[in-house]
Amino acid sequence: MKNRNVIIGLAIFVVLITIPFWYGAGKESKAPELSLDTPAIQALDEKKCIEDTEFMRSNHMELLNDWKVQVVREGNRIYVAEDGKEYLMSLQNTCLECHSNKEEFCDACHDYSGVEPNCWTCHVEPEEVK
Amino acid sequence: MLEKALIKERNNSFYGWLFFLLVLIGIGMGAYIYQLIEGLTVTGMSRDISWGLYIGQFTFFVGVAASAVMLVLPYYLHNVKEFGRITVVGEFLAIGSVIMCMLFILVDMGMPMRVLNMILHPTPTSPMFWDMVVLSGYLLLNLFIGWNVLEAESKGVHPPKWVKVLIYISIPWAVSIHTVTAFLYSGLPGRHYWLTALIAPKFLASAFATGPALLIIICFLLKKFAGFDAGKEAIRKLSLIVTYSMCITIFMVAVEFFTAFYSQVPGHMATLQYLFAGLHGHSGFVPFMWVFAILSVVALVLLIPKKTREKESTLLIGCISVFISMWIEKGLSFVIGGLVENPLGRITEYTPGLAEILIIVGIWAIGAFIVSVLYKIVVSVKRETDVYSANTIQISTRNEGL
Amino acid sequence: MDISRRKFLKVGGASILALGALPLRNVLAGTPGSYKPDSKAKKAKNWAMVIDVNKLEDDLEACIAACHKIHNVPDIGNPKEEIKWAWIDTYEHLFLDNKHDYLDEEMKNKKFLALCNHCENAACVRVCPTKATFKNAEGIVMMDFHRCIGCRYCIAACPYGARSFNFRDPRPYIEEINPEFPTRMKGVVEKCNFCAERLAVGLQPACVEASKNGGIIFGDLDDPNSEVRKALAAHHTIQRKTNLGTQPKVFYIV
Repeated sequence: MKNRNVIIGLAIFVVLITIPFWYGAGKESKAPELSLDTPAIQALDEKKCIEDTEFMRSNHMELLNDWKVQVVREGNRIYVAEDGKEYLMSLQNTCLECHSNKEEFCDACHDYSGVEPNCWTCHVEPEEVK
Repeated sequence: MLEKALIKERNNSFYGWLFFLLVLIGIGMGAYIYQLIEGLTVTGMSRDISWGLYIGQFTFFVGVAASAVMLVLPYYLHNVKEFGRITVVGEFLAIGSVIMCMLFILVDMGMPMRVLNMILHPTPTSPMFWDMVVLSGYLLLNLFIGWNVLEAESKGVHPPKWVKVLIYISIPWAVSIHTVTAFLYSGLPGRHYWLTALIAPKFLASAFATGPALLIIICFLLKKFAGFDAGKEAIRKLSLIVTYSMCITIFMVAVEFFTAFYSQVPGHMATLQYLFAGLHGHSGFVPFMWVFAILSVVALVLLIPKKTREKESTLLIGCISVFISMWIEKGLSFVIGGLVENPLGRITEYTPGLAEILIIVGIWAIGAFIVSVLYKIVVSVKRETDVYSANTIQISTRNEGL
Repeated sequence: MDISRRKFLKVGGASILALGALPLRNVLAGTPGSYKPDSKAKKAKNWAMVIDVNKLEDDLEACIAACHKIHNVPDIGNPKEEIKWAWIDTYEHLFLDNKHDYLDEEMKNKKFLALCNHCENAACVRVCPTKATFKNAEGIVMMDFHRCIGCRYCIAACPYGARSFNFRDPRPYIEEINPEFPTRMKGVVEKCNFCAERLAVGLQPACVEASKNGGIIFGDLDDPNSEVRKALAAHHTIQRKTNLGTQPKVFYIV
């Protein structure tokens, strides 16, 4: 009697905890195609971000995290990339100068992977300023 | 223990009480979500009164938490046997209070999701960092001690040796939590009302009046509703502690008046003037301070004479007076009073917002909920051991008779 | 299968903790590039400000407007929640320890610029539990808005009323957002930063630039030949609440 209740309880628990899988079962969820089609990027001779694409894709958040510490706390404003090129460390003025299509670039992937970075509560999105 | 106390011993009025508290907690949570969305603008705080009732309540309940030492110290260091039955009641009160303190800090934060920054970027120069350290330590100490002592008691054995070590550590630790909380205030340049070494001793004295007064009220309630008798002698000893501590507290409040008004230094007088008489046409706190003054006198008049102190009804009125007057002094006027004259010499008044009050009620309900559940366990364990010891006494007297 | 509830909780809890710590791997990966300051940056060991009250009088409003516009300071319109990096006040409020009943009318009505004093011995830096308020290498008391938990201890500690708290989302109250500087969000404290972001790219602070008559002198307090040191040597200057030992770095020529 007691064992049966335990098993029923466990079954309900397993069903509840796997709801996201049932909910998404059979549906296709394609990885977003990130758009690099902005005037600033088109004008570049070599279409390369400040570091390798692979690094940027997986580590841009750590890079930005380091940047904010360097800029605010250390007074360093210039990032010297691995290839020796120098960049002003600014999310809203350097990153978004090229990636001016925040919705198709940043948001598309963040929405897909379900992360909500709170950069934009303070840093200004390009379309907010006209 | 938990299962037995909560599930096997069914008690409808107890569940009714817990349900009532849950409703209050729900309302408080709703108000807190509203505050998270809108920001602290829903409170009565302002750029001048930048700390309000939340931090006041925090400060007050640090005192209640620290006061458990008034049972632990006599029982374990001076072998005051009468406190044996209720020491764990004091320790569990401390657990509820410390959790309330932490919640009051959390709801006061503008960015509560970043609270772990205090651990990621520890800053030993900040008393707030140390307050976090001593409060979490105190919570853990009391959890371990209270639970182990009670469990040992329910099994009829002595608690393990290491618990005794923790108990000795918990005594100076209790003093430290309220001292560090006082240091939050008493080291700030330019806040004259707070800038006095008397804050820490005054906090401790008022805590040792408030906490035991609350314990006497709780013991009365436990006797009435749960059939748990703390024992006449324990209550008598507690009431003496309340009386002496209350006298010392009122003395310390009073000497502040001398320093301020004999020296005539404007910064030192400003807050006391505002609180008790009104300043520059602002007098929002005057009625509360008069209630404080009257209740303090009532408390002292009822507690000092032996006759009224030992009579249950007058003792209870005395203890309730102590609790309310000290709540006004520490939970209401101390924090806000220190900020009322801003650094530019202007006065700002403070009225709490509705959401702010609901959140506070919710946190009180959380504290009451935790303490109620813990006390239910205490009562069920004590009832069992009482039956056991009553039986052994019967047996031994029978043996003597033979 | 004899496992007690207590043991289950212990093992389960430890496993969850270990799983939770996995993402730390990525955080510790590091960045391939390096960092350096802008070559145009204005440098000093210890920035300080001398305000010539008479010369500044006509530019006061312009100074504050420039500061607030550049730094996206909102206009909340409610004095209780007001946010200000710089503001105008009178002698009896700014120098309240030195006021007396027979102050001449001119001094009594004179308008002063008030702002963060960037104290040498800053109480706000001392009390901040996360180092969100800190003093940078050039003596500026800075706010790291990324780190502030909004406990407002610094507001209680500041004896100059220089700090403001965002009681609500400030964005709707900013008339025109300057894209060069971030706004703030609800729940953090803010204050004047001596325009650290402008010094870093070789510009003067906004208020200094807006004081057309030379009412504000800005420079290195540790350099005996700097403009501020020359001004301090040539004039009698006063400061706010020097008796508190905070050693403010804003001086007033009256």
